[in-house]
Formats: sequence, structure tokens, C-alpha cells
Amino acid sequence: MKLPDLTELALRNLRESLLRNSLTTVGISVGVASLVAMLSLGIGLQQLASRRLVKSGLFDTVIVSSRREMRGMGREEERNGPIPGESRVLDEPARLEIEHMANVSEAYPDIRFATELRFEDKPHLTMVSALPDSAKSNDAFDGMKGSFFSSDNAPEAILQKSFAEELLGKTPPLGAPEPGVGELAAPLLGKELVMRYAQRAASSTPATGTDTNSVSADDFAGVSYSVVSREQKLKIVGVSDLDPESMRGPTRAKVFLPLKLAESLHVMQATDLREISRASSDQPVYSSISVRVKNPAQIQATEDAIKKMGFTTFSIADASRGLRQFFGVLYAFLGIFGSLALIVASIGIVNTLVMAILERRREIGIMKAIGASDSDVRKLFFAEAGAMGVLGGMLGVVFGWAIGQAINFGTNIYLKRQSLPPEHFWAVPWWLVAFAIGFAVVVSLVSGLYPAGRAARLDPVQALRYE
Amino acid sequence: MTTVPTVSSTAATLAIRSENVCRHYRMGETVIRAVDGISLEVPTGEFVALLGTSGSGKSSMLNLIAGLDRPTSGSVIVEDRDLAKLSREELAKYRLHVVGMVFQSFNLIPSMTLMENVDLPLRFAEVDRGQRESMAREALERVGLRARVNHRPSELSGGEQQRAALARALINRPKLLLADEPTGNLDSHTGTEIMNMLRDFNRELGMTVVMVTHERTLAERYAQRMIFLADGKLVDDRPNDPGFQAEDRP
Repeated sequence: MKLPDLTELALRNLRESLLRNSLTTVGISVGVASLVAMLSLGIGLQQLASRRLVKSGLFDTVIVSSRREMRGMGREEERNGPIPGESRVLDEPARLEIEHMANVSEAYPDIRFATELRFEDKPHLTMVSALPDSAKSNDAFDGMKGSFFSSDNAPEAILQKSFAEELLGKTPPLGAPEPGVGELAAPLLGKELVMRYAQRAASSTPATGTDTNSVSADDFAGVSYSVVSREQKLKIVGVSDLDPESMRGPTRAKVFLPLKLAESLHVMQATDLREISRASSDQPVYSSISVRVKNPAQIQATEDAIKKMGFTTFSIADASRGLRQFFGVLYAFLGIFGSLALIVASIGIVNTLVMAILERRREIGIMKAIGASDSDVRKLFFAEAGAMGVLGGMLGVVFGWAIGQAINFGTNIYLKRQSLPPEHFWAVPWWLVAFAIGFAVVVSLVSGLYPAGRAARLDPVQALRYE
Repeated sequence: MTTVPTVSSTAATLAIRSENVCRHYRMGETVIRAVDGISLEVPTGEFVALLGTSGSGKSSMLNLIAGLDRPTSGSVIVEDRDLAKLSREELAKYRLHVVGMVFQSFNLIPSMTLMENVDLPLRFAEVDRGQRESMAREALERVGLRARVNHRPSELSGGEQQRAALARALINRPKLLLADEPTGNLDSHTGTEIMNMLRDFNRELGMTVVMVTHERTLAERYAQRMIFLADGKLVDDRPNDPGFQAEDRP
């Protein structure tokens, strides 16, 4: 029998027992909906995690430092790499070379120093670091009160919430509820901070700062420089709830400055003495630089290329691989649980078709008497099972999508009540739609195997006697 | 159109030839000999009536000729095909292309319209939709049901249903028309109408007709030959002159 005739007859037969076949189809659709709901939750969570991690800069950032920095820390790179005396200096030419690599979007110096900040004449010692303009997409600034820096060299500062608490003397006791970021930001935004810092200057350059204390020194290589105490006024433009440097551990900063401003200040850093001694020119030398790659998937290749240049790298790509593995396992579990409902539904298909054989026994006999072959009858029952699979699959995808939307909506109401930003953690990609319908059809056809075989084997004489 | 395997025959003009054919069933310890060693020959174009009481084996014999059942022993050769040697698929093709069947209880599919019932064998024969529709319409016109093509069997009288069943049996232009008590569920007037149609197909289309009936008068009126069965055996085989009794139309 030709496929269009087969389909027409199958649909006609399904319409004849509309209620029973509809219920079976709904059973399949519930199974598919459960599968779609489970898998789309897994996919959505993975996409959310990826978005979050990419935004946090954890997965697209490589921290590069000179091998000399790692001396004596037992790093494998140190043991296997070139001997420290021959390792390369992390200076401006090296930074530019890294920045021009194919997969690198930017490479900026890691300026980080401990210094004193005065607020309303009270000194506060803290860690300060510089942020490039690209950091404004970092999700640590999503819930920030105020705004990001107006420009890359504006004399402005963003405070981390805990430092804001310190400035206002509102550090909560352990276990007590923390004040909201809005409450902290209101009295601070637009106010002035005065940063005292040590400026490094070549000895030939006369110190022209606002302060008077200056020290000059000659290093063992004969390079001369001065350290000048200076002050820089900073306007507080933002207070961030989250910690953009959570991966830095104890060296994480609580106050952030625009990168160009920080570079122009030439703040004396702990590693300056050693690096200056190694510099072959008067180019700036950095203790470390942060390299952002265009795609987190390219991070390993970028790290390898930088290592070949003679630097030490650090990223959490390994953690990313672990995460992918975790989501792989999560998919498998969600898929298995989602499929269980479909397997149960498949028993419904077997039941429906076996009932149909009993009811249509005489009809099968008539068809055989007028020339239907075993394979015609088998194909007809197969087509009926397949049609239920297609209809149930399509309906199930719609149900699954609706369930996802409903749960997403409900969860966002909850997040809103918790003062958290809304999230989209539900995704039904096209491949999942195709997979779900395909899987439903395959399960339905497998379920139809036994009834179709049984119908095909019916003895026409016996079937024609059946009333 | 698909063909089924044939065997060489010494008598090419024979439509049906059975040799010592048996069909035995086992019911527990008992063996039922539904057909027990029947040998017969039916020439092409003959109208034959199989007569006998209930349980005489006439319907079982018809099922063997129709290829719906297989003999326990012996052979049934129809249109040069040894049915016992055909596979299930080949038997299906044989039923589709060589045989047309009419039953006592009409056996139309209740969920289908007359048009769909009649064109069903053509679907199995993979005939294109357009050709199928015109053939089915023509067959229904031939039996006088042109106005009823879109009706379901339940909306028709018994006579109309049997006419539709006849149209379906003829749709593939079979060489052999097998009728199992075709008037059993009809009143005498409608029964005569159906029998006249059977006779017309036999005469006009040259179709071999084998009719099972327990009504001797009906057989005498229409059949050219009467074969009597009892307890699965052939007990009498005699020619008949139907023209003598059946010229008058109702």
C-alpha cells in the first residue's frame, strides 16, 4: 500500500475510536512533555551557568605572570620551563604581543596595590585594583548602585559593599543581617575619597606631586628611580553588591579605579624593584596581566601559546571542563527520568493497539479476504502507532514548553520577592523539539511492533468468523 | 498489476482443479474432517453451486479455493496456481488479483463509505487515486448504487450492501467469483436481484462463479452445475440447465 493511502487509513482508524486514541495520544504527550521539561531545564541551567561564568570573567580570563614571580613556589611550569634567569620579562611589548594573538580580545596590566584611602578624614587601609572599560559587562556590577566609570581615566572609584560598610561604620556583627547595597550607596555616591599612594618615578624626573616626601634609590643594576608620596582625589560613583574579584582570594580588591587612570598614577608596586632591574628598556613592566579570550572554548589554546612565550598562566579552564562533565551527567539523569513517563505511555500504545486488534478482528479478516497482505496489515498498525507518536510528540513539545514557561514565570516571581534579578533558565532549542518528536515516534513504533505483528498473523478464516 | 507464480497445467481451460484435497481440524482429541478428499474440476466460465447441509464442508472448500485457508493434504490448483505451494504474500496477491469474494453477511467495513469500501482492494493493489476513484464509481454504477457512493453501509438496505460487496468483488476484474451464501441474509426478491447480477457477470464477463448455498432451488435456477457435499465428501456432481428456470426476471 502506498504511504499516502496508509496514512489516510491510519488517521481514519484513529478517528473511529476518538476518545481512546486521544487519551493514548495525551499519554504520549505527557511523556514527551516530561522529557522536554527535564531536558530544557538542564539546557537552560547550563546556558545560565555559562552566561554567568562568562560574564563573571572566570572562564574567559587567563592571568599571566612572569616565571620569576613563581620562583620557589614549586610550580610545575617552573620546574619544566626555562631557567628563571632566561624567563621573559612581562613588559609592554610582551603585553602587546599577547593582545595581538588571534583569540585574545584584550590584555591589560594587573594593577593592584594596598594603600590608604581617607574618607571624611578617617584613614582606611585597603586593596585597590584597576578595571578596564570591558569590565562593565561583568555581572558583579549588575546589581550595582550608581554607575560604572564615566571614562577610562576619570578620577572615580567603585566600592565593594564590604568597604562601603567599613567607610560608614556599618560592618554588621557576624550572623547579623547585612545592610542593603542601596542603603549603603545613598550616603556615599558622589562623595570624595582621597587616595594616598607611592608613585614611582625616574630619578631624572623631578617630583611634582602634591606631597613632599620623596625617596630616591639606586638599584644594583644602576637604574635610578624615586618614590614619591602622592594623593589622588576620587569620586565615588558606584557601590557593588557582589565581588568582581571573588577568584582572587586574599588579594582581592575592595576599591576599583579606571585602568587608564591607574596606569597614569605610576603607583609603586611590590614587584617593581625586581622587574625594573630586569627591564631591557624603559617600557613599563608588569607583575601580571589579565588576558581575556574571545571564546571560553579557546582558553586552553591561548594558555598554551602564552606558556610557549615563557610566561606562567593561570585559568580555571579545568573547572570549566568539570562543569561540562557535570552537565553531561545531569542531562543523562534528566533524560532518563523524562523518558520514564514516555516508556509508561508506550505501554498505553500497546494496550490501545491490542484492543484495536480485538475490536477490528473482523475488519482485518475482510481486508485479508479482499487482498491485503500481512505486510499491508502490519504497516497499517505501524502507521497508526506512528501517527499517535507524531501527534503526541508535537503536543508534548507544546506542553513541555508551556510547563517550562510556567515554572520560569513562577520562579521569577520568587526571585523578585527575594530582590534578585529575573533569570531565563529554560531553553527549548530546535534540536530538542526534533529529538523529542523523533523519540516519541521511535518509542511508538517500537510499541506498535508487537500489536502490528499480531494483527498481520491473524488467520483470515478465524477473523471472518469473529462477531 | 502484480502476478503470482503459476504451475504448468495440462488442462489450460480449467479454472479450478482439486485433487484429493483434505482440510482437517483438531479440536482437543477429536479430528474434524471439514473437507475429506474432494477431487473436482471446474472449467473456465462455469457457474457452479456447492450444495450441502450445514457442516457439510462447502464453506471450507470455498475458503480453500479462495486461498484463505490451506489444505491439510491434496492440492487446489486455480488458474494454474497450486495454492498449497504459495507463500502468505503470494496468496494475498492471488486473493487480490484472481479472486473476488461475496459473503452472506456482506462484510463491508462499517466505518467506510461505499466508495471507500469498493476502492479498498485497489489501494492494496497500489492503483493511483484518480484511476481508483473512476474504477470504483464505475463498479458502483454497474450495481446501481451511483447515488449511494458516500453512504456508509449502515445507511443501506441488505440488498444494497450486497450489491456494494459485489462491486468490491469485481473491482480488480477477477477471473473467479466466489460467493458464500450470497442471498442468505436477503429476502427472496432482493436475493433474486443479486443472483441475476451474479449470472450476468458470469455470462457477460466470462467469470467463473462458485457459489455456496444450501438452497437447492436457487442452485437449480442459476447454476450450470451442482456439486453436493456431505461430511466433507463429494457425494454428487451433476450438470444443470439454469436457462430453463431462470429466464424470468423478478
